[in-house]
Amino acid sequence: MANNLKDNEFDVIIVGGGITGAGTARDCSLRGLRVLLIERNDIADGATGRNHGLLHSGARYAVKDSESATECIKENMILRNIARNCVEDTQGLFITLPEDAETGFGLDYQKKFIDACIAAGISAKAIDPKDAIRMEPSVNPTLIGAVQVPDGSVDPFRLCSANVLDAKLHGAKVITYTEVTEFVKEDNTIKGVKVHNKKTGEDAVYYAPVTVNAAGIWGHSIAEMAGVHVGMYPAKGALLVFGHRVNNVVINRCRKSADGDILVPGDTVTVIGTTSTKVPFEECDNMSVTREEVELLLREGCALCPSLANTRILRAYAGVRPLVASDDDPTGRSISRGIVCLDHETRDGIKGFITITGGKLMTYRLMAEWATDAVCRKLAVAEQCKTAVTPLPGSEPKDQYSEVKIPQFAGANLGMKASIGRQGSMVRKIDFTNAEDRELVCECEQVTVGEIRYAVNELGVTSLRDLRRRTRVGMGTCQGAFCIGKAAAALAAALGKPEMADQLAADYLNERWKGMSAVGWGDTLREMEYLQRVYKSSNESK
Amino acid sequence: MQEHSISANNFEQCQKCAICTTVCPVLANNELYPGPKQAGPDGERYRMKNPVFYQETLKYCMNCKRCEVACPSGVKIGDMIQSAKLEYGKRSHIIRDTTLASTDLVGPMASAFAPVANLALSMKPVKAVLDATIGVSKHRTMPKYSSQTFESWFKKNAAAKQDGFRNHISYYHGCYANFNYPQLGKDFVAVMNALGYGVHLLDKEECCGVAMISAGMKKQATKKAQHNVKVIGEAVAAGRKVVTVSTSCTLTIRDEYPHLLGVDNSAVRDNVVLVEKFLWQALSAENVKLVWKEDYKARAAYHVPCHQEVLGWSNFTIELLQMIPGMELTVLDSHCCGIGGTYGFKKENYETSQKIGQPLFDSIKAADPDFVACECETCKWQIEMSTGYAVKNPISILAEALDLEKTMEANR
Repeated sequence: MANNLKDNEFDVIIVGGGITGAGTARDCSLRGLRVLLIERNDIADGATGRNHGLLHSGARYAVKDSESATECIKENMILRNIARNCVEDTQGLFITLPEDAETGFGLDYQKKFIDACIAAGISAKAIDPKDAIRMEPSVNPTLIGAVQVPDGSVDPFRLCSANVLDAKLHGAKVITYTEVTEFVKEDNTIKGVKVHNKKTGEDAVYYAPVTVNAAGIWGHSIAEMAGVHVGMYPAKGALLVFGHRVNNVVINRCRKSADGDILVPGDTVTVIGTTSTKVPFEECDNMSVTREEVELLLREGCALCPSLANTRILRAYAGVRPLVASDDDPTGRSISRGIVCLDHETRDGIKGFITITGGKLMTYRLMAEWATDAVCRKLAVAEQCKTAVTPLPGSEPKDQYSEVKIPQFAGANLGMKASIGRQGSMVRKIDFTNAEDRELVCECEQVTVGEIRYAVNELGVTSLRDLRRRTRVGMGTCQGAFCIGKAAAALAAALGKPEMADQLAADYLNERWKGMSAVGWGDTLREMEYLQRVYKSSNESK
Repeated sequence: MQEHSISANNFEQCQKCAICTTVCPVLANNELYPGPKQAGPDGERYRMKNPVFYQETLKYCMNCKRCEVACPSGVKIGDMIQSAKLEYGKRSHIIRDTTLASTDLVGPMASAFAPVANLALSMKPVKAVLDATIGVSKHRTMPKYSSQTFESWFKKNAAAKQDGFRNHISYYHGCYANFNYPQLGKDFVAVMNALGYGVHLLDKEECCGVAMISAGMKKQATKKAQHNVKVIGEAVAAGRKVVTVSTSCTLTIRDEYPHLLGVDNSAVRDNVVLVEKFLWQALSAENVKLVWKEDYKARAAYHVPCHQEVLGWSNFTIELLQMIPGMELTVLDSHCCGIGGTYGFKKENYETSQKIGQPLFDSIKAADPDFVACECETCKWQIEMSTGYAVKNPISILAEALDLEKTMEANR
């Protein structure tokens, strides 16, 4: 919008590179604003990267919170069109088990559920349990009722990355691993931010007439720093990742939302979640999953899909829901996951500062739209939101696998096709013309050297953990045991810093180890032993 | 909490160590093949996500199963690849694959016109036509057909006397002994009779189906499997072991039926046994005695067929051959010969097939034996064509080395 801005001057500064911040950065830049996005770690590092990856139909909220349900189904339909490489139309089932009838969630409740779905605009239809088993053979065969809804799965890393990429393509500046240390505040106006880059150690100051706080649960302290109070509380949610796809249809329990009642097939794996526990703010940066949580998730998961009892678990992880405290419910479940957009000028008398919070992954685009509308009002910009109809980079072709053409080579590997699944039509930017680029690095997730180079060049990757979020490198069965040496070397080379390889590998493996430890038995324990042997011996031989 | 991960083909036990890729004969010789780890457990994860990830290049797997033998985690890598081919594979050379796979359909016709068929299949123009039209490699020496099948020889010359023996077994002869080389069946009957065993045929055995499985003909293979399990079951119910001479038929009946075709063979599996193992067990239980010819002398080199590696029974053969007084036996290093059943007959695989076999051919030439010992008929074709050395089934070697008359007396 504004012309003649200096390098450190922007129309809007967005704090937080999760899906909300990324979406807001995209919306603002599509509306012609000059945008700075600041993230203290990597994009999608917080709650964005630590959830089910469920493309909610909204059915889960239909009975209790029809507003959220309506928002969900609308956004669901939008994402299917604008983010084709990030979502998969798996469909979903809400099943009723014999024991649900005893707790008041029998087939009477199912009827109520369907009515509520239809009222919210969600196409929900009861299907015969036999048809449900045919549709999803892994489902608990004792089910007495099933409802089919338009659930799907969404890759939150990819979605976040696509939003950031599109923002960048529209001129946004994105800086990661950079913390806001202080606001530049004059009288009661936020004029900019002082930041500290954790990687380079450099400090800088950026100015903009509006700053958006989109930092998720960390937005609590960002708000405090700006001199306003947003009552948020962190609700931890733990999840388990199974080694491969157990189900190809999302399975939910048709009852009041509870722990461990959603099973989502996401990319090559299946995820069960979640729990909901209030945790202190200090824990948000270092979440771990307890044995009790693992047991609970496994028990509830087996009710949805009995074969989970004998399925290898790759790892456990936890995220923090950024809930806006509206009462003191200890579980956090009675809170509407509604969107909260606060203009601190009208609310607190602090000018140039907006907080966008609450909401959920599913409604990130709508949250971004609200936040951007608020920004535009402050800047007196009349541009309308276009994010609901403008495809994200990579999303264009309808049938990704058949319409995205890749060059054909003798010995073409699965990696080239898997790259289409991840990057959509952006795969055209990956060089497959020479054998080195076609070389597989991560064999479980089929990541090639070419895709790593693309991620470094276009997607702002600086570490293996960043690379994992863009490409799934090291997320598969071996959790890096087999591939991370190769991946570290390929990444270090792509970054032009070959001497970094060992450090990149060590950082990554320590993070994987933590997630595996929580489920360290059986084949996962064998994998951990194998991993330890490989890297201990390679370390000792140096 | 959880005790075991259970999944088809031990899929979840894969630790991604990649040992399988180091032993795959195809991977080292054909860059188009993704290798057992990729084609197997790694690819399987993707196929579970979306069948669009099935790769036609899985057809380059020759199903030697060396990957399974090497896997420290017991993952059924070969089965996983075969299953994927059966589930998702497109059949591109239908005429050729059906012809090569339907051994007991083509066999009787070829036997009926054996002299003509053998002559035709050895003529360059015919081979060139087969190569160009249906894709059978013109470089291949085609197997010869016999004008009298083993079954008809047996009925005419041997069946009547079998009831007179002390013990009884059933014989699954396989297509090769029946249509191509009845002498193998005759040798088997001679040795078993000498050891005091009456030999009985099954109630019309059918081809084991191994080639159909390779050709993706699941329905036809399943029908054969069901039939064979039924007739083998009848023999087992009559108290007879079912003794075989071909390693691939044996492996197929014992392991591929349940693993790949879903045909339950649990009632008969342990009663299907290769003749070398059967004899070794009978000897160690002191049920039989062997009397050797005094003047027998031979230098043999034993090649372990891949499917014998999977069965894990090569030691029985080695020990039996070492018992022969005049035998100088070299056990060759374990290398695939490259034929892979019908694999090497396919035009697109000829070159790979010969490259795979080269280390074995070299080691045979270095050993320079009188003949090669090997239980597998397709290894025999490959080795004879590629090295010029004759290949004999161990049971035929025993038939030559034993003094059959004295042995028969000793076991009376």
